[in-house]
Amino acid sequence: MKALVVERNLPRFAAARVASLLGSGRGAGIGPLQLLDAGAPDRPGDDWYPLRPLLSGICGSDLATLDGRTSRYFEDLVSFPFVPGHEVVGVLDDGGTDFAGRPLAPGTRAVIEPVLGCATRHIQPPCPRCGSGHTGLCGNLTSGDLEPGLQTGFCTDTGGGWSTAPLMAHASQLHAVPDALSDQDAVMIEPTACAVHAALSAGVADGDVVAVVGAGTLGLATVAALDSLVRPTAPCTVVVGAKHARQRELADELGADHVVPPDQLVRAVRRQSGSTVLAGRLAEGADVVFDCVGSAASLTEALSMVRARGRVVLVGMPGKVSVDLAPLWHRELTLVGAYAYGNETPPGPDGSERRSFELAVDLVGTAGLGRLVSALYPLERYEEALAHAGAAGRRGAVKVAFDLRNPKGRSR
Amino acid sequence: MSPRPGFVLDVDSSTPPTLFWQGERFTLEKLPEGSRVVYAPEPVDPLTDPQAAIRHALLHPLGDQEPLPALLRAGMKLTIAFDDISLPLPPMERPDIRQLVIEQVLDLAAEAGVDDVELIVALALHRRMTEPELRHAIGDRIYDAFAPNGLLTQHDAEDPANLVHLGQTDLGEDVEINRRAAESDLLVYVNINLVAMDGGHKSVATGLASYRSLRHHHNPETMRKSRSFMDQHRSELHSANWRMGRLIRDSGVKVFQIETTLNNDTFPGAFQFLQKREWEWKAKDRLAYVAASSALDRVPPRHARRIFHSVKAPHRMTSVQAGEVEAVHAVTTENVWAQQGVVVEGQTDILTMGLPYISPYNVNSILNPILVACLGLGYFFNLYRGKPLVREGGVVIMTHPTPWEFNPVHHPSYIDFFEQVLSETTDPNVMSERFEAGFATDPWYVHLYRTGHAYHGVHPFYMWYWCAHALAHLGAVVIVGGDPKAVHRLGFRAASTMADALEMARDVVGTSPTLTHLHTPPILMADVQ
Repeated sequence: MKALVVERNLPRFAAARVASLLGSGRGAGIGPLQLLDAGAPDRPGDDWYPLRPLLSGICGSDLATLDGRTSRYFEDLVSFPFVPGHEVVGVLDDGGTDFAGRPLAPGTRAVIEPVLGCATRHIQPPCPRCGSGHTGLCGNLTSGDLEPGLQTGFCTDTGGGWSTAPLMAHASQLHAVPDALSDQDAVMIEPTACAVHAALSAGVADGDVVAVVGAGTLGLATVAALDSLVRPTAPCTVVVGAKHARQRELADELGADHVVPPDQLVRAVRRQSGSTVLAGRLAEGADVVFDCVGSAASLTEALSMVRARGRVVLVGMPGKVSVDLAPLWHRELTLVGAYAYGNETPPGPDGSERRSFELAVDLVGTAGLGRLVSALYPLERYEEALAHAGAAGRRGAVKVAFDLRNPKGRSR
Repeated sequence: MSPRPGFVLDVDSSTPPTLFWQGERFTLEKLPEGSRVVYAPEPVDPLTDPQAAIRHALLHPLGDQEPLPALLRAGMKLTIAFDDISLPLPPMERPDIRQLVIEQVLDLAAEAGVDDVELIVALALHRRMTEPELRHAIGDRIYDAFAPNGLLTQHDAEDPANLVHLGQTDLGEDVEINRRAAESDLLVYVNINLVAMDGGHKSVATGLASYRSLRHHHNPETMRKSRSFMDQHRSELHSANWRMGRLIRDSGVKVFQIETTLNNDTFPGAFQFLQKREWEWKAKDRLAYVAASSALDRVPPRHARRIFHSVKAPHRMTSVQAGEVEAVHAVTTENVWAQQGVVVEGQTDILTMGLPYISPYNVNSILNPILVACLGLGYFFNLYRGKPLVREGGVVIMTHPTPWEFNPVHHPSYIDFFEQVLSETTDPNVMSERFEAGFATDPWYVHLYRTGHAYHGVHPFYMWYWCAHALAHLGAVVIVGGDPKAVHRLGFRAASTMADALEMARDVVGTSPTLTHLHTPPILMADVQ
């Protein structure tokens, strides 16, 4: 069995950073990632189960890590060596138990909620955030029975999805995949859960103008989440800035009202909000802006198009960026992050809480988000896969994933 | 020697290549044998003493109107409105006709002891003029006497306090115009009648009107029924303006109309070859063409644009008439036709036209893609009386670079129109229903129109409506040399060469088409028999 492994090797990280100047993912061959023989990691406890990956996605945060561009903030939240891959659908060959304590039969397909919170670390009592179900905000990511690691795919003890060997999944992480969902659908559940969490935490109100900056995986999933989970109770106008033609098509299909190239987004938001312009920014622009890119440019743009006292939600993972925060202060804006997932209270009559992942499982099926999976690669062709993922939009793709099902490998 | 009339050339093997404008450049194209080229008449002789002619017109008005001095008295309120930057094209060398006429009106007003005099630029929904543009139009003396005291204003179609609703026509059309103009004892309107569409009741009913009023005739339905709007007797645009003008008159607004016509002496010295017939080019003209072409090919488009917009036309006044609106305009129209009319026998399958750098709406600005469409399909296509030069189902081929480029100060709503409206529909009716109101009432556009130098938010719609007749009439539109993305956004076809464009056109009109080239500017009006 094989696995892609990231080791702490500063010269290789430096080489990857230089190579990434040619394009994200271009440094895979000289960076810290290596394809090695591997077996399943040891079970950290009886409540952990081997999950044999079927598909595992390549996320923007994976690329940032491999490009050596990740914020140093995360340095203490990972443990080396680790196998990347936190967007995973796999098979529980020996069965297991799911997040709600329900038994899962051998052969069950499952996805993992990769956050390694208190339950996975056997910490009792759990931290207040985990105690309230918001595991993404866990304060014990470096403690307990596991080595540090904010998620599966960044922790040396659990393994990760970029492997033909099983990873270890804690019962609290496991969600069974309905038979109706394909593997492609299932591998989209994790990023969709992030989008669900962002959409539901943004406080979108009836009649709002909502802007989405960026139409990669997170941007498109956010559009879908807004359309399915927010709009039924808070009808809103969704304007999307999408750089590439395929992204524009998908954003339109997933429910955006207006899809425009990025350089037209501010003007489109201005038109929709009927705003005037103040000091080069919209005076009364979008009520909520989702920044699904996470760069200095996207954040600056988001701050320029949100209305006074409006909300900018950071969905894409930012790094160390330089942004003029004068408008944030002057316009009394709210800048808020939306990381991972937790318990959500979707709008509706019953008001009951559900996991972001549960909602994402439903949404992936109803919105057909499996179509966002554009290309599958075997592990052996990881350099091509990462280069493809790094240039996904330009190459007409959205989500690129590893296909661990066929040892011969294939791609499409 | 009398100026020669317009001329239709039949292209044969000995015909030299024909000049095509291409924005800030020009090319020579060899047209297929059997093609026709329609040339404008040569410039008619100007008035030898324009000052005397103006004086004569003011003292000997046409129609049921007293001479101007008899209408002026101490204590009265006098308003002088005049045409804006959109006329003439290109802007004329100093002194501008408006200056000559207004100076004489002011002299007569001073002699009569009139001291409540205000000047208003009849902008309609056009952009406000800058100080240099105003000084050019009316002269420094008038500008300095009126502007510093707030007595020179630019019509604001979005200022409810300075608009007055005079009523509705029999067809329910709102007539709302500038309050100062409406409430004056006398409104003198000073016009430059560059094309047959200008002037008459349109001067006040459009130039001094509000959006509420203009929307009744600036719409797809009216434009489609104006065949053409250069022929006022077959133009619904004019019928509506005439209904409104008569309502204005019947409401008690006393209008003294002064209309002027120009000859088509359009380009000064170095560019004179542009208004000559190619087979008559002398060595000097050929040299000028080569020098200008090679120089323009070397400079970036923005510099070429600046060069051309600095060109002032040597237009000269050919007539001036004053008095009652309709009587004046009848004479004016005859004089326009005398300069511009060319008899053309029959229609053509393919009409070609070279589009220059300028239209009424981009003086000192960029001819953006919407204005390219309007210049070709709104203006040039409609330069006819009787029948369109091109048959129904025929093809128009235009040459212009059509850059995806806009002046954000002058045309902010055009950018959004191009990006957001044309990306969804090119159908004038659909865009009228779905988008017009939003653009017309957008507070940011209103703000920019009122305080900056922006065309009104609804203006790009009007430019597209201007094309409505052509869009309904034609089988295809091809732009040669245009930015393909911009051309496709307009809903047209892009060709890189004239030969390619002709191939595309043959797909639409058949393999042996007739072809006519409209050799303008200088402006001509085709009287299609």
